[in-house]
Amino acid sequence: MLRDQDRIFTNLYGIHPWNLEGARKRGVWNGTRDLIAKGPDWIVDQVKESGLRGRGGAGFPTGLKWSFMPKESDGRPSYLVVNADESEPGTCKDRDIMRHDPHRLLEGCLVAGFAMRTQATYIYIRGEFVNEARVLEAAIKEAYAAGLIGRDACGTGYDHDIYLHRGAGAYICGEETALLESLEGKKGQPRLKPPFPAAVGLYGCPSTVNNVETIAVAPEILRRGAPWFAGLGRENNAGTKVFCISGHVNAPCNVEEEMGIPLKELIEKHAGGVRGGWDNLLAIIPGGSSVPVLPKTICDTVLMDFDSLREVRSGLGTAAVIVMDKSTDIVEAICNLSHFYMHESCGQCTPCREGTGWMWRVLTRMVQGRADIEEIDTLLDVANQVEGHTICALGDAAAWPVQGLIRHFRPEIEQRILDYKQRAA
Amino acid sequence: MPTLTVDGIEVTVEPGSTVLQACEEAGKDIPRFCYHERLSIAGNCRMCLVEMERSPKPIASCAMPAGDNMVIHTNTPLVKKAREGVMEFLLINHPLDCPICDQGGECDLQDQAMAFGVGSSRYEENKRAVTEKNMGPLIKTIMTRCIHCTRCIRFAEEVAGVDAIGAVNRGEHMEITTLEQAVNSELSGNVIDLCPVGALTSKPYAFTARSWELTKTESVDAMDAVGSNVRVDARGPEVMRILPRLHEDVNEEWISDKTRFAYDGLRRQRLDTPYLRRDGKLQPATWQEAFAAIAEKVKASDPQRIAALAGDMACAESMLALKDLFGRIGSPHMDCRQDGAALDPSCRASYLFNTTIAGIEDADALLLIGANPRWEAAIINARIRKRWLAGGIDIGLIGPQVDLTYRYEHLGAGPQTLSEIASGSHPFTAKLRAAERPMLILGMGALARPDGAAVLGAARSVAEATGMVGDGWNGFNVLHTAAARVAGMDLGFLPGEGGRDIAGIIGGASSGDIDMVYLLGVDEIDMDLLGDAFVVYQGSHGDAAAHRADVVLPGAAYTEKNATWVNTEGRVQLGRRSIFPPGDAREDWTIIRALSDVLDCTLPYDSLGALRKHMLEVAPHFARIDEPAAVEWGQFGGAGVMDQVPFNYLIEDFYLTNPIARASQVMAECSALFVGSGAEATGTHG
Repeated sequence: MLRDQDRIFTNLYGIHPWNLEGARKRGVWNGTRDLIAKGPDWIVDQVKESGLRGRGGAGFPTGLKWSFMPKESDGRPSYLVVNADESEPGTCKDRDIMRHDPHRLLEGCLVAGFAMRTQATYIYIRGEFVNEARVLEAAIKEAYAAGLIGRDACGTGYDHDIYLHRGAGAYICGEETALLESLEGKKGQPRLKPPFPAAVGLYGCPSTVNNVETIAVAPEILRRGAPWFAGLGRENNAGTKVFCISGHVNAPCNVEEEMGIPLKELIEKHAGGVRGGWDNLLAIIPGGSSVPVLPKTICDTVLMDFDSLREVRSGLGTAAVIVMDKSTDIVEAICNLSHFYMHESCGQCTPCREGTGWMWRVLTRMVQGRADIEEIDTLLDVANQVEGHTICALGDAAAWPVQGLIRHFRPEIEQRILDYKQRAA
Repeated sequence: MPTLTVDGIEVTVEPGSTVLQACEEAGKDIPRFCYHERLSIAGNCRMCLVEMERSPKPIASCAMPAGDNMVIHTNTPLVKKAREGVMEFLLINHPLDCPICDQGGECDLQDQAMAFGVGSSRYEENKRAVTEKNMGPLIKTIMTRCIHCTRCIRFAEEVAGVDAIGAVNRGEHMEITTLEQAVNSELSGNVIDLCPVGALTSKPYAFTARSWELTKTESVDAMDAVGSNVRVDARGPEVMRILPRLHEDVNEEWISDKTRFAYDGLRRQRLDTPYLRRDGKLQPATWQEAFAAIAEKVKASDPQRIAALAGDMACAESMLALKDLFGRIGSPHMDCRQDGAALDPSCRASYLFNTTIAGIEDADALLLIGANPRWEAAIINARIRKRWLAGGIDIGLIGPQVDLTYRYEHLGAGPQTLSEIASGSHPFTAKLRAAERPMLILGMGALARPDGAAVLGAARSVAEATGMVGDGWNGFNVLHTAAARVAGMDLGFLPGEGGRDIAGIIGGASSGDIDMVYLLGVDEIDMDLLGDAFVVYQGSHGDAAAHRADVVLPGAAYTEKNATWVNTEGRVQLGRRSIFPPGDAREDWTIIRALSDVLDCTLPYDSLGALRKHMLEVAPHFARIDEPAAVEWGQFGGAGVMDQVPFNYLIEDFYLTNPIARASQVMAECSALFVGSGAEATGTHG
C-alpha cells in the first residue's frame, strides 16, 4: 500500500483549498524555477528515467513522447495540448485533479511545455465539466497574477501561455487528433497518422497531447527525482496511479495507489469491498469501459498495471475499475457500452461507423436471447473486423468489450438463447 | 527515392508517394473508394488495407507514405479477410437496389463487391434509410446508397472552391448534405463521376439509359475555348450524356456543367430542314430552293457588297470552306471575331494562351485583365485555384470584382490601372517583376471594345516590361470564350485586302452598303443592326439569327460532325461524330461545298480528307494534333490611347452562352437558379 509521503495528489478529495495559497502549502510551485533552470533535456531525461507511462489509457512512455518534439524550430511554433476531455465511462480522476488541485496541472504544463520547447499550452476540457473549468480558469488567473505563467514564467525568462478551451461533449474529442481538430474549430474527427502530432499537430505545428494526470505528476517526479518514482510499482510499470473505483462496491472512490497493486487488494482496502463480499463478484472492467471485462477467477489474482492486465487480455486503460456483482446482467451491461460506442462513433471510417451499430443491434437481441447460437460467432467476427481496421482507437474500444464478453461469458449468452427458444416454443 | 517490397517485388517510387501508389507500381490492384488521386487523402473507407511487416495492424495504404525498406503484402489471408470485412460493412446499410440504380454497370461498389466481397450477408437487422438532399437541378441524390467516402465534400472544397457540401451528424447517422440549396459551382457535375456509388447521379440522365447500351464516342467539347476532352454517349439518334475524358494538360478529368449538361439542347430548337423566307415568313424549303435563292442574290450582287461572318461554334473545316468560297466569289469581307475583339492575326502569340493550361501550375504571379475565368473557362479557373492552393502566387485582377473561388488582389476597374501597371507606377508591377514566372490573362472583356487594340498593346508592354516572355516561358495569355475563335484566326477567316471587319460589315449592312451577309453560326450579334441585308444563316439551332434570316441552311452541331477544333492554347484537337445531324441537316463543310457548285465556283475538295489536306497547306500547324507548339513572340497591338471606361466581362450568364445552351432546359433551370432572379419566382411561374 502506498505510503502517505509518496502520494502526489495530496488534495485529491478536496479537503484543502484548491487555490494558489493552498497549493503552495502542498508544495506545488515549489522550486519550479530551479527545475526549469536545469534545461529541457534534463527534464526529458528525468521523465524517461522515471518510467512514467501515459495516464490517458494507451500507456505510451511519456519521456519518449516528449523527445519526439523538434529541438530546433523550423519557424513554426510548437504547442503542448492537455487532454482534459475525460469521457471514458467509469473514469473521473482528471476531474478531481482539476477541481481540487488545478495548480498541480498548471505547474506541469509549464514544466512539460518548457521541456518540449513549446510556446503555449492548450487545455481542452470536457464541456460537461463546468465547475472544473471555472476552477481551472480561476487557477490560471491566479498563476498569471503571481507571475508563474505567462511572460517570464516563474522568473525564468521563459514565456509560456496557458489557454483553456471547453469542448462540446463528444467522446471522440478525447482522441488526440480529433481533439486537435475540435480545438481548431472543425468537426471532431480523428486524423490519419502519420503524420503524428509531434510533426504536424495543432494548426499544423508540432504538438504533443498529454493526459491531465500525466502532466500533473511531472513536476513532482522532477522534484523528488526519477529513482523515487521508478522505485514505486513494478518494472516497466512504475509510479503511482489514480484509480477510479465504481460500481458494486461499498465505497466507490478515487484513490492514488502504487502501480501493480492486486486488484482484490485495491477494492477491499479502498472501496470497502464488493457489495455482498468478494464471492458475490461477477466481473470487473479494470480500465474504463473500453477494455475487455474480466471474470472473478482472473480478478482474484491479477495485478493492476499495464503489463499484468495485458497478459490476461485486458488493459489498464484509464484505471477506472468498474465492479459488477452477481446481480448484474452482464450481457445487458456490455450491450449498454456497445450502445455508447455506437452513439459516439464519429462516422468517419467504415468499420466503426457500420460495425458499432451492428454489434449493438445483435447484442440487444442477445440480451433477450432473441438470437441464434451461431450469431455469437458472427458477433465475435464482426468485433474482430472492427478491431484494428479503423483510423483511431475507438474501433478497438468498441470491439474489446464485446470480445471480452464472448471470451468469458459465452455460456451465459448461449443459455439465454436456449431459454428464449424454449419459451417461444 | 524510397525502395520497398510489395509481394516480393521490389519497387522504387517518387518521394512522397503512398504505399498504394507503390503497390500500383508493382502491378498490384488495390481496391479503394475514398482515395482519389486529385483529391486530398481521407483514408476513411478502409478498403485499401494491406499488411505491412512489423506493423501489428493492417495499414491503410492510401494514407501511409511509402518508406524505405517497407515490406508490404497485398495477398495474405489477413488482407483478404480485412477487405471482406470492410466490404461487408459497406454493404450492410447499402440498399443493394442495383437494378434500379443509374450507377449500375459502372459502379465501384458493385465491381469491388464482386472482386473482394463474400457474396452473402450476415446482417439481419433493418437497414438505414437516409432522406434525399437537394443538390439542385443537376445532381440527383439517393443518399441511402451513400458510403460516406467524402469524395464529393473534398471535391467541392478543394477543386470547385465552394463550401457547399459537408457532413452532419456522427456515427451511423452521419449524412452528406448541402445547406438545403443547390451546389452553386460551374463544376458541380463532377461529383457525379466522383461518387463511387449511385448516391449522386445525373438528374437529367436519370432512368434514361443503361451504360452498356450506349455508343461511346471520344470527342472534344465546343462550349468554350478550353477544348475539354469528352466522351459523348449516344443511343441511336440521341446524345444521352456527356462525360469527361482524361487529359492532363487540358481538363484533367473535370468538365464544366455546361459541357456536361447542355446536351438536351441538341434535341430542341433544331433546324432540320432548309427554310426560305416567302411572304415575310420562313417556310420549309428544299436544299435546291435554298441554294437557288442564295445563288440568285449572289449573282445579282457586286462581290464587294457581300460579306461572311463566322460564329463561336463554327468548326475549322466549315470556316475554311466558307473562306475559300468567298475568295472565289471575290469578296474580302470576312470576320470570325464575332464579339469584335481586337485580336491581331499578324502574330500568333498575340491571341493564344501561350503559358498553356498546365503551365499555370508553374506560374508564381498572375494578372487577370478583364477576364472572369470562372465563367469564361471554368476548367482553367479550377487550374488557377489548384495553383493558388499550392501557395506562393500573387493574383491581381483588373475588372469588376467577382468570386473566383480563390483570393486575389483587386487592382482596379479598367484601363487606367493597366496603364499604371505598364508604366511601373502600380505596386503590383513590382510583384510581377519579382516573380520568376509571371503571367497575365487577357480576357475578351478587355479586348472586345473599341479601344481593344490599345488594350492589347498595353498588355504586351506589361508582359515585356515584367519579364513574362523569355526563354522557355511565355506568360502572355489571351483567354478566348469561343471554341471557334483560334481556328478562325489561324485559318485567316479575317478581312482580306480592303475588306471590312465585323464592325464594318454590320455597319455596312445597317447603312445599306452591304447587300448580303452569310452567317456561319453567328447568333451573338444584334440582328436588328443588319438592316435590309439579305441574310443567309447556316447553323444548327433556331436561335437569334435564324429568326432574322432570309435563307436558313441546317447544319450540324458539334456532336454531329467530324471536325477540327483549336482551343485557346492553340491546341489542335479532333472532334468525332457521335450521332447524325437531324433530318435534312448536313455537316457544315458539305453544305458550303454543295453551295459552291450552285454558285459556279466549285471548291476543289470532295472529301473531308481532301479538305483537311488543303487545311494543312493554309495552316501547317494543324498537322500537329494535340500539341500546343511554342510560337514566336512579335510585334502586335496598337499604340493608341485607351479610354477610361471600366472593363466589363463578356459573359453575362454562364449557362446561356450559345444556341445549344440556350435551347437546353437544364441550362435554363440553372440560369434561373444561379444567375437569374430565381427567388422572385412565385407559384404561377412555370
